[in-house]
Amino acid sequence: MLADKDRIFTNLYGHHDWRLAGARARGDWEGTKEILAMGQDWIIDEMKRSGLRGRGGAGFPTGLKWSFMPKTEGDRPHYLVVNADEGEPGTCKDRDMLRFDPHKLIEGCLIASFAMRAHACYIYVRGEFYNEASNLQVAIDEAYAAGLVGDNACGSGWKFDIYVHRGAGAYICGEETALIESLEGKKGQPRLKPPFPAGVGLYGCPTTVNNVESIAVAPTILRRGASWFSSFGRPNNAGTKVFCISGHVNNPCNVEDAMSIPLKELIEKHCGGVRGGWDNLLAVIPGGASVPVLPKSICDTVLMDFDALRDVRSGLGTAAVMVMDKSTDIVAAISRLSAFYKHESCGQCTPCREGTGWMARVMKRMVKGDATLAEIDTLEQVTYQVEGHTICALGDAAAWPIQGLIRHFRPELERRIAAYRDAKTRASAKAA
Amino acid sequence: MSVRTLAKDQPASFAFNAEFLARAQKVIAKYPAGRQASAVIPLLDFAQRQEGWVTQPAIDVIAKMLDMPSIRVLEVATFYTMFELHPVGKHHIQVCTNLPCQLRGSDKVLHACKNKLGIGAGEKTPDGKFTVVEVECAGACVNAPVAQIGDDYYEDLDEAAMGKILDALLRGEKPKHGPQNGRVNSGPLGKFTTLNDDPTQKIPMQDLNAAKAAFEKAKAEAAAKAAAPKP
Repeated sequence: MLADKDRIFTNLYGHHDWRLAGARARGDWEGTKEILAMGQDWIIDEMKRSGLRGRGGAGFPTGLKWSFMPKTEGDRPHYLVVNADEGEPGTCKDRDMLRFDPHKLIEGCLIASFAMRAHACYIYVRGEFYNEASNLQVAIDEAYAAGLVGDNACGSGWKFDIYVHRGAGAYICGEETALIESLEGKKGQPRLKPPFPAGVGLYGCPTTVNNVESIAVAPTILRRGASWFSSFGRPNNAGTKVFCISGHVNNPCNVEDAMSIPLKELIEKHCGGVRGGWDNLLAVIPGGASVPVLPKSICDTVLMDFDALRDVRSGLGTAAVMVMDKSTDIVAAISRLSAFYKHESCGQCTPCREGTGWMARVMKRMVKGDATLAEIDTLEQVTYQVEGHTICALGDAAAWPIQGLIRHFRPELERRIAAYRDAKTRASAKAA
Repeated sequence: MSVRTLAKDQPASFAFNAEFLARAQKVIAKYPAGRQASAVIPLLDFAQRQEGWVTQPAIDVIAKMLDMPSIRVLEVATFYTMFELHPVGKHHIQVCTNLPCQLRGSDKVLHACKNKLGIGAGEKTPDGKFTVVEVECAGACVNAPVAQIGDDYYEDLDEAAMGKILDALLRGEKPKHGPQNGRVNSGPLGKFTTLNDDPTQKIPMQDLNAAKAAFEKAKAEAAAKAAAPKP
């Protein structure tokens, strides 16, 4: 297990002082000026060598993303936008970073902005996180007062301004181009790519959008070295990661551990095990609502990293582990997620706008078994007609949970359909 | 997506009070010149904080302040679900019923509301003091089930805990928000499995001079290799 000295988020549970004095005592803002003095190229190279993959769900290498920004400042200013619109069901890690480790995020914003030659950064916090945004604003005010950000950030000569922007309740704004639209004061509807934000982003300027965790780990990586970070986890899956374990475990919690930790170890070490014991496990959704569910047989051995979960046709996503024991109505569980995607579709692309509603309606009938066997195949086909046919990944995200259900729990769907039909036949026989 | 429309009965006018006007000016200054439309969400939020909900006159006033067509502000107000387009109760109770909360008994939380207040999801008490709604993921899943009341999250709820909170609100008190079962925020209940060490222990930085030298050397080697004549 990871040692406490190798954990980045040392105040994850808010049991220490989250303000500047406390953050400094825990090592934040130490040597920031010296790190900036190493220059943009070194910072980006070090981030690349650390092997950090984006923590917002897609797992794109962070250093590589930073390197896509123009190497010189032109007429258009560069922007860093931090995605704190955390709303993927199961995920609640950014919330703790915003409220209990805000200085890690602010320091990361300065370093990342400097590396990408941006003088301004907007942190887009989901609207519901009012108290979290307040803590972050207090921390930003402290950083300005201490000269850590502002006209001469940390005495580096770099002018850097940082702002909090609160959203207003739209899951889709977690998609980077929808977030940019929202930040510009519009409906959060995703843009077609290309052009990519690094070319044309916020206000038509070069922009990089990063997840809170990806930015907040950067200062520690640069202080301790790329090789320190990459020493955790398997190759291509480097580092430490904050996992959110919810559902039917004895002690749900957020916890930072090494990547590639076995799922079973994660649940048994930190969460007191599955309710009723490991054998009472039915299924796990390992990476937030969008990734396909895994049955117990896979959970027994699977590792928690990008590649291992991809190999079992699921995904690490945001590392939000939702545990379901044998008391769970698995069809109702997935149906609830379908209702969620129907609610959150932005309505821009027809396959998603119409498809999410259609899938949610069929799923609702599947819960009761009020369907025909052939409809299982129809439902599966429709998921493939939505997947990959929309501007953003919300259509995919709505399709995958249903595909996972059909892949692993088809007999349960068939059993319900048969039982519903039998009950109906008996009822009509009785009436006759 | 859900269809959201403005309320039929609208007040005649709207104006920001001095406090919110000052805050609005401060927010508009966050964005580059000519990009004041970026402030539309914060301003709608201020209007809602002042009036309790978003009204048609408020939309028009904000449109003028930000030099936007009214229809663009209306689009934003109807798109984002945190904007209440109809008057809500003084205590607006938002119960998360998404999967992690459902797995840990969000139906019991709704049941407590029904029991104590006599209203279900989407309803308002006759005195107009309470509204209860179901919401999508609140983003506090390891503390499920969760309800947001006003700006505060009430976490680790069960029927009894939610009942106590509602009783306190009915008495006119402000119950303490956060986890209701004694745990520390998102940490595991009981003893922490991590973060028990002193977090202020000094951890040495990497040797930046050596790192820089290695980086320059690698860069020079790559450049030499690129410049070398191809065999």
